[in-house]
Amino acid sequence: MLKYDVVVIGGGPAGLAAAIEAKNDGVDNILVIERDKELGGILQQCIHNGFGLHVFKEELTGPEYAERFIEELKSMNIEYKINTMVLSLTEDKTVHAINPKDGYMTIQARAVILAMGCRERTAGAINIPGTRPSGVFTAGTAQRYINMDGYMVGKRVVILGSGDIGLIMARRLTLEGAKVLAVVELMPFSGGLTRNIVQCLDDYNIPLYLNHTVINVKGNHRLEGVTIAKVDDKKRPIPGTEIDYDCDTLLLSIGLIPENELTAGAGAEIDLRTSGPVVNESMETTVEGVFACGNVVHVHDLVDFVTEESKRAGRSVAKYIKNQLSNNRTGFETKGLEGVSYIVPQKVNIDNVDKNLELFLRVSKVYNHVKLVIKADQETVKEIKKRHLAPGEMEHIILAKALLEDKNFKNLTVEVKEED
Amino acid sequence: MDKQELTCISCPIGCHLEVTNTEQGYVIRGNQCKRGETYAISELTSPTRVLTSTIGVKGGFLNRLPVRTNSPIPKDKLFAVMEIINTVIVNAPIKAGDIILKNLLGTGVDLIASRSISE
Repeated sequence: MLKYDVVVIGGGPAGLAAAIEAKNDGVDNILVIERDKELGGILQQCIHNGFGLHVFKEELTGPEYAERFIEELKSMNIEYKINTMVLSLTEDKTVHAINPKDGYMTIQARAVILAMGCRERTAGAINIPGTRPSGVFTAGTAQRYINMDGYMVGKRVVILGSGDIGLIMARRLTLEGAKVLAVVELMPFSGGLTRNIVQCLDDYNIPLYLNHTVINVKGNHRLEGVTIAKVDDKKRPIPGTEIDYDCDTLLLSIGLIPENELTAGAGAEIDLRTSGPVVNESMETTVEGVFACGNVVHVHDLVDFVTEESKRAGRSVAKYIKNQLSNNRTGFETKGLEGVSYIVPQKVNIDNVDKNLELFLRVSKVYNHVKLVIKADQETVKEIKKRHLAPGEMEHIILAKALLEDKNFKNLTVEVKEED
Repeated sequence: MDKQELTCISCPIGCHLEVTNTEQGYVIRGNQCKRGETYAISELTSPTRVLTSTIGVKGGFLNRLPVRTNSPIPKDKLFAVMEIINTVIVNAPIKAGDIILKNLLGTGVDLIASRSISE
């Protein structure tokens, strides 16, 4: 059996940053396991720019952002295995993995960092009516075909869902000579960043239909067309609003799901709101010594935020290995109330908080001119004015440790309230 | 006097801007801060974008090499530049930052590799 202090599962931006930070903080014996043929994760197919504004203060493409971390990892002599699939993780932190070179292996770790990221929701998840021809792809699959493998996916394209990957692909396909006929969004607002709507759709005169969905898929072998329709406030198609498109390709950009089969298998509690593990201030799951960071915990808007969260996880793991992490399990829980769909971390042991407690949350709809009210049980500890809140934009709250220390309370709540 | 509507992309708020071209210059309304004005004027006078795409690569670990312009180029040249770069095939090895094409269409902007590809 192989033995490591820390095994990092996943060699994307989260795993790379966590491993580098743990090594910087004095952990020597680290192994990063990646299932793809190279490190870098999804960044390698995200060839557009806009990465790194927070971490590097410049606008990089995905591959450039990844390469900086991969080079750093290699220069620090952190071990990694590519083409390696983790089959299971047990509560005692044994990792079962397999690859074509080493075969089947078991690895005993003192601590594990889960950094498996997320995957896309597929057509099967949303019951699209009609036939099942070829030409229906998730946006990320099309992105990989075009940007890494060099295959064009189609000529006339409709995109369902206005998540950022869908918007980015609308521009990418247009530049490569395809005609993107429409982006269709079920909700009254886009799930993507406004800057992507402007840069990817408006720049190329691609129409965005809000409150619309695909109600029919046509074609036997290859996709021949789709029908879209407006929906009412109960998301039912409204008769008479149908628009038919002749198209050979339908891309789906309908959400991302944290990939947590290994997490659940290890016995860690999963938060149904994030679909990721319940974590504490140190990014430790409910299984002692098993940490998690990045999109496996909750889906982030920007890789920069993944990097920052993963560095925190790396620092916590180093403390854990050195027995410097307080395992006092009492503390408080965070709860999203009115207008808040989730908060990470879900549990907090204030002893492990340095100066500030950082909360990450999403709201459930678009708000203008409101405030976020943070309470320790009934007592208001902070109010933050917000000109604009949207589900597509993660909110970040910083609370000074002094505000929460030496108080006896069970729940730290956050809610959206109208401004006075 | 012509009026135009824009969405500011300087920050996540995405202000809805109304820009009027007057004899005294552009008058911008709807912006909540100064950056909206700067964005609107640049967007209406000389809009530019960084172009990212891929080119063919031979003898490498992958079939496509991601590339980008090293500065923004005028928006109306995006498709013309795509036509040029779609004809380019390079040989591995490539280092991130290697210049692939110099001075694209006389803009002074170069096309560079956005990753390294080994043989």
